[in-house]
Amino acid sequence: MTDIAWIDAALTSARPQALGALLRYFRDLDMAEEAFQEACLRALRHWPQNGPPREPAAWLILVGRNVTLDQVRRRSKQETLPDEAVISDLDDAETELAERLDGAHYRDDILRLLFICCHPDLPATQQIALALRIVSGLSVKQIARAFLVSETAMEQRITRAKSRVAQADVPFETPGAVERAERLAAVAAMVYLIFNEGYSASGAAEVARAPLCDEAIRLARLLLRLFQAEPEIMGLTALLLLQHARAAARFDADGNIVLLDDQDRGLWDHKMIAEGLALIDKAMRHRHRGPYQVQAAIAALHARAARPEDTDWAQIDLLYAALEALQPSPVVTLNRAVAVSKTRGADAALAMIEPLAARLSGYFHFFGLKGALLLQLGRASEARAAFDRAIALANTAAEAAHIRRHLDRLIKDSAAGDDARASS
Amino acid sequence: MLYAILCYDSEDVVGSWTKEEDDAVMAKLAVVQQKLADKGRLGPVARLLPTTAATTIRKGREPLVIDGPFAETKEQLLGFYVVDCSTLDEALDTARDLARASSSAGAFEIRPLSIFRPGSLTT
Repeated sequence: MTDIAWIDAALTSARPQALGALLRYFRDLDMAEEAFQEACLRALRHWPQNGPPREPAAWLILVGRNVTLDQVRRRSKQETLPDEAVISDLDDAETELAERLDGAHYRDDILRLLFICCHPDLPATQQIALALRIVSGLSVKQIARAFLVSETAMEQRITRAKSRVAQADVPFETPGAVERAERLAAVAAMVYLIFNEGYSASGAAEVARAPLCDEAIRLARLLLRLFQAEPEIMGLTALLLLQHARAAARFDADGNIVLLDDQDRGLWDHKMIAEGLALIDKAMRHRHRGPYQVQAAIAALHARAARPEDTDWAQIDLLYAALEALQPSPVVTLNRAVAVSKTRGADAALAMIEPLAARLSGYFHFFGLKGALLLQLGRASEARAAFDRAIALANTAAEAAHIRRHLDRLIKDSAAGDDARASS
Repeated sequence: MLYAILCYDSEDVVGSWTKEEDDAVMAKLAVVQQKLADKGRLGPVARLLPTTAATTIRKGREPLVIDGPFAETKEQLLGFYVVDCSTLDEALDTARDLARASSSAGAFEIRPLSIFRPGSLTT
């Protein structure tokens, strides 16, 4: 790896901690971002000559703070900026600062930085855009590409989100235990949202949005390093890893959806699976169940099955039942019905989802599953009606194409049936 | 003499490599490993999962199980090699080759082995 690539990686990984600390100093997001930017520019000049500092984050915080304070002073007194070497000469100060960084602050700094992005006034897409811009440091162009909007539109979206956040009163004192737990839960939910934005994409959008999944995993790992003993953060990280491990197998060469049962399990990323399984095992030891852990446990059962027929559907049914208790939702019940169809048959599954019809009347997957179950039961014309409805509700071209393949087969089968009757 | 070459590096930095960057480093390391293997000097090689996947048992009268790696340090043990070298200098040369193939800021600790059992794993 070249020096520049190493510096780039070091700046990226130091970003949340450095920006979080600068935000605490200046209590102003724009100012903190400018300070970080200045510090990065200086790092690019100094590090190749003098070698990387022992503590990149500490270096960036101190330089960012000094530069900004000097600029403020200069603006107020119209003085000239001190010599560059003075600003960036940190040999002595760095050691002292590094020791302070080891202390309690940086964890809350990073959490605060993430937390301001998930302000409840912001719609989900703005939360995600803001987090990707501020915490992950993606460029507006990269984020715009992921959301399939123009750079100008994304720039506006982020500016609006920032001004909304600036008006919000985020306390800068060290949070108490309860508040910290609440912040952590909100941030975890946002990381999950970022992942889903990437995960639910398909076709051309899949390529553009795949980095969202990587970013979400990176943020989850960051949270996990800050909160090493939190079972739900272990569960969240495990869940994202286990889902993303299947990425290469989820679509065929033409961008069509490949269902779990039909996926080439050799294409799954086994390193990600190993990490996900290790994390869910660790989480379970805490005996403190939460929705992310349960979902990760379900994903783990799929990951552990070498072949689709090895899947422990009975256990998955139980886990979905646990998830229904923790987080009641018709979508969870719908997913449970898939497991039920494998263990108790399509009849039982259909009976389970029929009461959901009113609440899921606009939900693609409801009609997709309903059609598939009806098809298994040989109720072809009802299946067809459900599939038609699913196509009308499809969110992506790949979803629509997937259902259309079912329909085509139905039509072909019924044509074959007609032929058979005609010839008999 | 058998030496263990323990690879320490900042997990944050290594973890922020893109897949392409990571693959490029692994490809370069594979070249060095192949040279050692050709001379029959390469023992087991391991890359460890992130420290967040680690669990530690602290020894004591009632061993304590804790989450995460043993110590909160700046650089983490990310993997290791076992190599056969006749001298420390040779082991250092080998580590330098590996360092050139992966020039991030970490460190290699070279530790002679006292017991080595190749084991029966075939991966």
